[in-house]
Amino acid sequence: MSGLTLEVRGLSTHFDTRAGTVRAVDGVSFSVRRGRVLGLVGESGSGKSVTGFSVIGLVDPPGRIAAGQILFKGTDLTKLREEELRRLRGNRIAMIFQDPMMTLNPVLRIDTQMMETVFAHTKVSRQEAWERSRDALGMVGIPSPEERLSSYPHQFSGGMRQRVAIAIALLHRPDLIVADEPTTALDVTIQAQILAEVQTLAREYGTALIWITHDLSVVAGLADEVAVMYAGRIVESGVVGEVLDRPLHPYTHGLIGSVPSRNKRGSKLRQIPGMTPSLVDLPKGCAFRTRCSHADAACAEDPPIIEPGPGRSLRCFHPQLESVA
Amino acid sequence: MTTWLLRRLVQAVFVMLAMTVIVFVGVNVIGDPVEILISPDADQAERLRVIAAFGLDKPLWEQYLHFLGGVVQGDLGKSFVFNEPALRLIGGRFPATMELAFTAVALSVIVGIPLGLYAGLKPDGLLGRAIMAGSILGFSLPTFWVGLMLIMVFAVQLGWLPSTGRGTTAEFLGIQWSFLTRDGLAHMVMPATNLALGNIALVLRLTRAGVRENLGLEYVKFARAKGLSPSRVLFVHVMKNIMIPVVTVIGLEFGSVVAFAVVTESVFAWPGMGKLIIDSINVLDRPVIVAYLMMIVVLFVTINLLVDLMYTVLDPRVRLDGRE
Ligand SMILES: Nc1ncnc2c1ncn2[C@@H]1O[C@H](COP(=O)(O)OP(=O)(O)O)[C@@H](O)[C@H]1O
Ligand code: SF4
Ligand SMILES: [Mg+2]
Repeated sequence: MSGLTLEVRGLSTHFDTRAGTVRAVDGVSFSVRRGRVLGLVGESGSGKSVTGFSVIGLVDPPGRIAAGQILFKGTDLTKLREEELRRLRGNRIAMIFQDPMMTLNPVLRIDTQMMETVFAHTKVSRQEAWERSRDALGMVGIPSPEERLSSYPHQFSGGMRQRVAIAIALLHRPDLIVADEPTTALDVTIQAQILAEVQTLAREYGTALIWITHDLSVVAGLADEVAVMYAGRIVESGVVGEVLDRPLHPYTHGLIGSVPSRNKRGSKLRQIPGMTPSLVDLPKGCAFRTRCSHADAACAEDPPIIEPGPGRSLRCFHPQLESVA
Repeated sequence: MTTWLLRRLVQAVFVMLAMTVIVFVGVNVIGDPVEILISPDADQAERLRVIAAFGLDKPLWEQYLHFLGGVVQGDLGKSFVFNEPALRLIGGRFPATMELAFTAVALSVIVGIPLGLYAGLKPDGLLGRAIMAGSILGFSLPTFWVGLMLIMVFAVQLGWLPSTGRGTTAEFLGIQWSFLTRDGLAHMVMPATNLALGNIALVLRLTRAGVRENLGLEYVKFARAKGLSPSRVLFVHVMKNIMIPVVTVIGLEFGSVVAFAVVTESVFAWPGMGKLIIDSINVLDRPVIVAYLMMIVVLFVTINLLVDLMYTVLDPRVRLDGRE
């Protein structure tokens, strides 16, 4: 299986709303290997979360997977029945959410919320479930886990709650973790700690990680590969170093230009002008053309996917070869 | 916790003190019981004797202090009509009303929560909509009318259920109860249903709203992402959150169920406190009216206390000492 944990091919996830069909994810392909980290970046509303939920099989109506394959260790998840998906969820594929204040149930104790996850996938004694929960809490750096197990979520800080969520995700040593902006709501130091810990754990267990973020600096420090999303499509992808050092897509250029730490001192921070387009009945052609300074008549057609180098792909008629200013 | 309880008890005493003043003045405004109690052809001397016997010759504030003095000793006065302690009269009727009220509340939970869950899970389905439409009737139809209709259909037309009284009772803890006998239960069906209807509608709508709100919250998605079964997500995760408002409302509604029992008891000739109070108001039997209203105040204060305690059991974020 060549170490590919997940291979997504031509995934389209649509929402049928009264206003029209929202093509939140539109023909997306990517793959993640064992023990590797894929950074999925893009502005808010570009379809990152919907991509993540599609992978774990939690797209709720009116949403539906309209096309594509999600191959998890060779099995197409789009073909599975709900009960088969349930058995994978939280077990082989885990997810961590953005807002740690909202993800834990406020009225259930931490031990309940952890042990039920153990019981959902294995037949073990209460004692063993409790021990596994305690060990998982210890692993993510929660001090005195025995005592903390009998606490309620409101007795934890945001950073600690996110650690609990990560511990829950790690309970069954999953093959794949989808992390949907898990550090966005946390302050920078805690973010850095959690990033480092998750990276270590993923490496250790050979877990493949999809790290969703809108923050390129996180991707630079954490990911092996990066996929840049815009308006439901992946516009550029490749090995992190290459994409960040030699971005080819005008949108990637814009994103990099707007990261403070990557700018030379004194040079102005550039925002990408304009706003992300509405995804309802998006017209064909490059969705970025309303904001792109290189757009021309050709861009009214859908740009083809080109592969400028090994492992690298791009959707643009006019790749930008000059360096990021 | 102890300070909290003490503070609540002191508050309760003040509430009750305030209520005695309101009730005492209010009862005086309704009318003069002497006109009703004394036969029209009694002479003046007889009149004065009765007035003095009831203490009605004294100024209102003195009557009030005398009443308060009695209250401290657990004496709420004697009924003008029955010449029996008002409290004992009410106490005798208390079990009948309580058993009716408890049955009604139990019914609203047993029927309301499952219907609400269903309507919340399938808001667009035919049955889900029908439940919601039905709940509007539960709210808006007047209790006495529904009571009369129940009697018309099930007692008069079909002859399935008895329509008046408590039926055969059995003793438990020295008190007579209807729910312990088949006949008594048959007698309870209609009045309890009648009394429960509004609350079934209320519990149902609250449950439905809770399900709809909670299903959209992130913790539900996370619970599903953990691979929990749909039934565990619904009956453990969602239910525990919904129960917080439902229990609060049911608790608070218990008081108004007892109050509304007045109507139901009149329609079904159920010999509870409600029937007694209506009769007492008709003859301006002041001590009974005052004692009944005081009882209701005690009931409400107690219920509020219990609801607050329940709240801390159900919601770990709530602490009674006001911290957090
Ligand atoms: N339940 C839904 N109904 C309709 N549209 C939705 C729904 N969920 C997401 N979308 C649309 O999908 C698009 C992508 O959303 P999302 O994946 O959450 O973006 P991101 O995570 O990149 O910020 C958004 O434009 C949003 O409007
Ligand atoms: S295809 Fe055209 S509009 Fe789209 S990014 Fe490339 S140059 Fe800009
Ligand atoms: Mg998102």
